[in-house]
Amino acid sequence: MTRQLLTGNGAAAWGVRLADVDYVPVFPITPQTEIIETLANWADRGELDTRVVMLESEHSMLTAAGAASVTGVRVFTATSSQGLLYAMEMLYNVAGWRAPLVMVNVSRGLSAPITLESDHNDIVAARDSGFLQIFCATAQEVLDSVLIAYRLAEDKRVRLPVIVNLDGFTLSFTREPVEIPIAEAVRAFLPPFQAENIEFRASKPISQAVAVLGGSPYSYFRYEMHLAAQEALAVYDEIADEFAARFGRAHPAVEGYRANDAELLFLMTGAFATKAMDAVDRLRAAGTGIGLVRPRLMRPYPAEALRRWLCGKKAVAVIDQNISMGKGGVLHTEVCEALYGQPNAPLLASFIGGLGGRDIPAEEFYAIAEVLRAAVMAGRAPPPRLLYTETELREMRKLQAIAHVERRELGNAP
Amino acid sequence: MNVATIKRMKDLPSTHLLGGGTAMCAGCGGLGVLHQIYDVLGTKTVFVNAAGCMTLLSTYPFTPFRGSWLYTAMACAPAGAQGVRDALDILIRKGRMPPEEDLSAVVLTGDGAAYGMGLSATSGAIERGLDFLYVCYDNEGYGNTGQQFSGATPHGALTATSMGARGYPGYKKDLFSIWAAHKPAYIATVIGAEPLDLARKIEKAKKLKGPRLVLALAPCPTGWLYDPKETVEIGRLAVKTGIWPLKEYVDGKVVHTHVPHPRLPVEEYLKTQGRFAHLFKPARNAELLSEMQARVDAYWANVS
Repeated sequence: MTRQLLTGNGAAAWGVRLADVDYVPVFPITPQTEIIETLANWADRGELDTRVVMLESEHSMLTAAGAASVTGVRVFTATSSQGLLYAMEMLYNVAGWRAPLVMVNVSRGLSAPITLESDHNDIVAARDSGFLQIFCATAQEVLDSVLIAYRLAEDKRVRLPVIVNLDGFTLSFTREPVEIPIAEAVRAFLPPFQAENIEFRASKPISQAVAVLGGSPYSYFRYEMHLAAQEALAVYDEIADEFAARFGRAHPAVEGYRANDAELLFLMTGAFATKAMDAVDRLRAAGTGIGLVRPRLMRPYPAEALRRWLCGKKAVAVIDQNISMGKGGVLHTEVCEALYGQPNAPLLASFIGGLGGRDIPAEEFYAIAEVLRAAVMAGRAPPPRLLYTETELREMRKLQAIAHVERRELGNAP
Repeated sequence: MNVATIKRMKDLPSTHLLGGGTAMCAGCGGLGVLHQIYDVLGTKTVFVNAAGCMTLLSTYPFTPFRGSWLYTAMACAPAGAQGVRDALDILIRKGRMPPEEDLSAVVLTGDGAAYGMGLSATSGAIERGLDFLYVCYDNEGYGNTGQQFSGATPHGALTATSMGARGYPGYKKDLFSIWAAHKPAYIATVIGAEPLDLARKIEKAKKLKGPRLVLALAPCPTGWLYDPKETVEIGRLAVKTGIWPLKEYVDGKVVHTHVPHPRLPVEEYLKTQGRFAHLFKPARNAELLSEMQARVDAYWANVS
């Protein structure tokens, strides 16, 4: 085991290297490129016995990934944002093929307007695809999650593809100390891929991904996927326990930080949760009994674990880095569902922030805590809030003023 | 089989490998071609399919294929072939699969995917030098959805989305030349009505490595509006009128494997199909007919 400074992207590449992956079809997109460049360079230098192939789009990339997976090799791929959406048809397809591949998504906001910076709307769009989803907050977690993801994807009781998600820029390009496990220890945890009977061989003809006629067989196969994904909840716990026993690092489906004795909670996914942890420490020092709950697993949805953390608390602020137009925060909706009808459910407040690389500074976490306290006093949940400061709005007005002046000078004023 | 195996009609296989009872329409020119192709290619194949009529060949739990099959989606069958080919190569190289278990990747799509939505994936696969055979059954429209016009629809044809007096206003895209511009290993046009020519070309394609296209004109009773029993005759007329040139691209050269002589007037072909009926009724559209004849004449004028 060695300790190195790695970016989130570098940690993802190391996870792939240790997982003994056979095949990596790729297509570049910011901020994912460092992963595929690193893997391609390792393969070129002979440090990695992996075939890296550049496809002409993410749609083809994921098709090749799924096809190779159901031919019987271990496959990795990575994308981001528009790439994930361009591949979306094939996400649903390869999940239906029960191709047990692992894909890293480096989260980035969706167009329009086009941006390079991070939020979670891309991965949320893939929510119902059949890919299981693991959200990471640190570079170490990215490496570990890639290994855990292969075990989960390839488990006979599951056999579904897995997305390991990390935040663009804030995690993908941030260097953190990462423990790199030794290869033998990883091999003991993650044995070579067993394709079972899902493979193409001359002596064993097989038809895969065939059409169905009518709703009955269609429903059967779709229900099978759903049940397998639900089964993945218990399988995940098993694998995470084994990982913790072998490597000494716990990655539960839902993680709590100073949450046991807290009355109030922040609830969020991904790298910005580390900012919430810092805010928790400072608020605790100032006497506020607050903690953080961070789901790592979003599909399968760990409703029971969330209930264990949340029920009995006074109020919970769900901070979504995504926005469902006309509805609000997707995570908030899902947490509501887990708590519905629970006798000791907390008040639930919805905040949307951190879209397209917008920061959520410490002051906003303090303000959110204040809203929670007020909600507890009032005894009812506050209306949803879109985080945006007066200063930001003033800066935005300045940009608009410039745009208007420029337009007038060019004679295009409306 | 070697290159010299198929010389005469009697050298063609007398039994078909592809099973019957599929969901294809009576008289389907595409299915006829597939039968003939499969007989030569054999069962050590994975057919990687894109959305189209043939997707319904393998419908759970039945398949007419004795070999393997993978349905992908409309745009990406060549990328599916890439994944299958790469995975098989990896398994053989790493000693995890004996070489005798190897399979050939065969892409099977209609013209909708081949001429349109799948072109980017096709171009990418050729550029990467993928070792695969692409079989396109070209019925000159989105047949599976009721024959709307596609990039392969001929000028003037009536389709579900070109019902006007002049039919389809565009011109059939030259997929052969698009492929040839990529300098692949092999391209051939075939038609089910010329089984000997077809079998020789498939045999040749089978022996080559790299990207290969077999482009089959597939007369379509439901889309072209004719009696299913006429499929073979219409196919013959497509060749005899010079509408469908039988040719090959090998080593950078295009060779016509059959030069119709004398060429029949294109009318002989057009009048057999309901999709061109508006050229003859209520009044003969002499202008459009001579325009169509002129285009075919111009093509053959350039064939040495």
